[in-house]
Amino acid sequence: MTTLGPMGAEGVAAAARVTSVRRRRRGSVPATVALLVIAAIWLFPIYYMLIDAFKPNNDLLHYPPQLWPAQWTLANFQEAFTVNGAGPTVPQPSFLTSLFVSVVVALVVVAFSMAVSLFASLAVARFNFRGRGTMLVALLVAQMVPFASLLIPIFIELNKVGLIFTVPALIIAYVAPVLPFTIWTLRGFVASVPVDIEEAALTDGCSRLSAFWRVIFPLIAPGLVATSIFAFILAWNDYVYAYTILGNSGTIFGGQAETASVWLFGLINPSRVTPWGELFAASLIFTLPVMIFFLIIQRRLAAGLTAGAVKA
Amino acid sequence: MANVEYRQATCTYPGMSAPAVDSLDLVVEDGEFMVLVGPSGSGKSTALRMLAGLEMVSSGEILIGDRVVTGAPPKARDIAMVFQSYALYPHLSVRDNLAFPLKQKGVSEPERGQRVLEAARLLELEPLLNRRPRQLSGGQRQRVAMGRAIVRQPQAFLMDEPLSNLDAKLRVQTRAEIAALQRRLGVTTVYVTHDQVEAMTLGHRVAVLRDGLLQQCDIPRRLYEHPCNVFVAGFVGSPAMNLDRLPFDGTAARVGDVAVPLPGPAASAARQAGLSEVILGLRPDALSPVTAGDSNGATRLSCQVHLVEDTGSDAWVHLDAPAQPAPLRLVARADARHLPLVGDRISVAVRVAEAHVFDPASGVRLGD
Repeated sequence: MTTLGPMGAEGVAAAARVTSVRRRRRGSVPATVALLVIAAIWLFPIYYMLIDAFKPNNDLLHYPPQLWPAQWTLANFQEAFTVNGAGPTVPQPSFLTSLFVSVVVALVVVAFSMAVSLFASLAVARFNFRGRGTMLVALLVAQMVPFASLLIPIFIELNKVGLIFTVPALIIAYVAPVLPFTIWTLRGFVASVPVDIEEAALTDGCSRLSAFWRVIFPLIAPGLVATSIFAFILAWNDYVYAYTILGNSGTIFGGQAETASVWLFGLINPSRVTPWGELFAASLIFTLPVMIFFLIIQRRLAAGLTAGAVKA
Repeated sequence: MANVEYRQATCTYPGMSAPAVDSLDLVVEDGEFMVLVGPSGSGKSTALRMLAGLEMVSSGEILIGDRVVTGAPPKARDIAMVFQSYALYPHLSVRDNLAFPLKQKGVSEPERGQRVLEAARLLELEPLLNRRPRQLSGGQRQRVAMGRAIVRQPQAFLMDEPLSNLDAKLRVQTRAEIAALQRRLGVTTVYVTHDQVEAMTLGHRVAVLRDGLLQQCDIPRRLYEHPCNVFVAGFVGSPAMNLDRLPFDGTAARVGDVAVPLPGPAASAARQAGLSEVILGLRPDALSPVTAGDSNGATRLSCQVHLVEDTGSDAWVHLDAPAQPAPLRLVARADARHLPLVGDRISVAVRVAEAHVFDPASGVRLGD
């Protein structure tokens, strides 16, 4: 048997490492291909919406479909911002107005639900009080109820108090299903902050409130980001609640109000030809805030979703 | 700097029948290093937290520097606490961690910077000032926690098992550093540990707690040589004292056929109490294997070796001594150069002058 010298032994070890890396790389190729295929399937509708937003109307219904525009135009965007949405008989607000309504609703829902859930989560995570266990169970049970099934009872209650067909009514309707999730999730983040750290802040000269703002709040910021995304997406994307509770009868600052999702759907009208170019352009603009938001906070989102999972 | 006093201080948690700390009377003098020691659930951490204002005081009083602070919030007590987990603020750098309590106090920025640098210099933290806690080792974090306490120049330091998360070697090193630091700064310190070796080496005085009750508070040497009851006798010292309940014949405790004469005052106290049994305590140091030719007249027990532990610097021999109804298990210190073998039958000399005697019913020390 041939014995290996010192260099030979090191060479064998190095070769083994290279083989292992190659094996790992080879092993990941089928997975990568599969992921690319799945990504392509998911991204294709968005890509198609993107390119059709820039196509002239004549090319939109071209057969076979053009996967790359022969001509580029911004006319669809101009149309979206200047022509009112076509409703049955009632004049519709402009796309800009509906975007404004969506922004106001979404931001107020996020701000209000974050403010309430921040202190509620602190209470259930840190303090013992009568009914705490029942409240926690209620938060869990509330999340099991499908969002759509709450629509009718919420409508009835809002109608009773005379708020129906107003923007505040829609905000309330969104906050109600969001709160259980945000409180429950933030509770996990607050609980993952060791009590010692808060007590250290108390002995270092903080009051309860300043210990919260100076120590706990910065540590649960990733959790706030994660839960605010959930609230934002629900309030921004929803159609059913927006149409039922606000519809196109709502008002805001004295003017007619409907959300962008309702406005977009209003473009599809059996009484006229659907303006597909305008629809795609408006849809693209509608998706931009969520996409930009995700791009900015995606790293914090990943940290936020996992940070509360393991106790420090 | 100030003294600290517990006056009949009691803490009973809601829903619990027994107090976690029961009528604690303890005075820590100005500049003293007091160690609270005891097993888990003894109330030592609760007592410390009562002093810090983190636990409620059900009854009694707590004073810091002659000022009653019983109902005062932690921030009003002018104490600095080092936690077992260090409790560093993860979102702040080491510099900001050290400066945090000064900022809360409203100290000006120039003075803050100066005091932070002084503390960093004292604890060799200067190269680490811009790091975050997650970038530090356990020992470094411990020093930052100490530094955060030092910058405040408080009336008292409170330390809750600060060494328990360190490895054995680092623990020994840091223990010495803490002792030196306290001597240098002269700050009244209350230190909690479950490790009796730490307690004996660090404290000017050690308070032993059990089930919320103070058992004995004394200098380490006296705790070791004159434990006031069976619990303290068994808790202080490693290996633990040999404690056995034995028949008492008026002058001696009987180990099988062998009479182990008790110290005069202890025997007298046992006779006066009319005891037919006593608990005899013998530290492993008081028992030593002897050779067959040694005939100095000392009390001897014939024992069988069932385990030998050679730790390098020390050797401990586990023995069975014949007794009724069952053999006595004893641990004796042996010369590591001449260790018996397992199964050997050897003669063990008993230094009766070092015997401790306790009442079997109450556990209280008899005699002196």
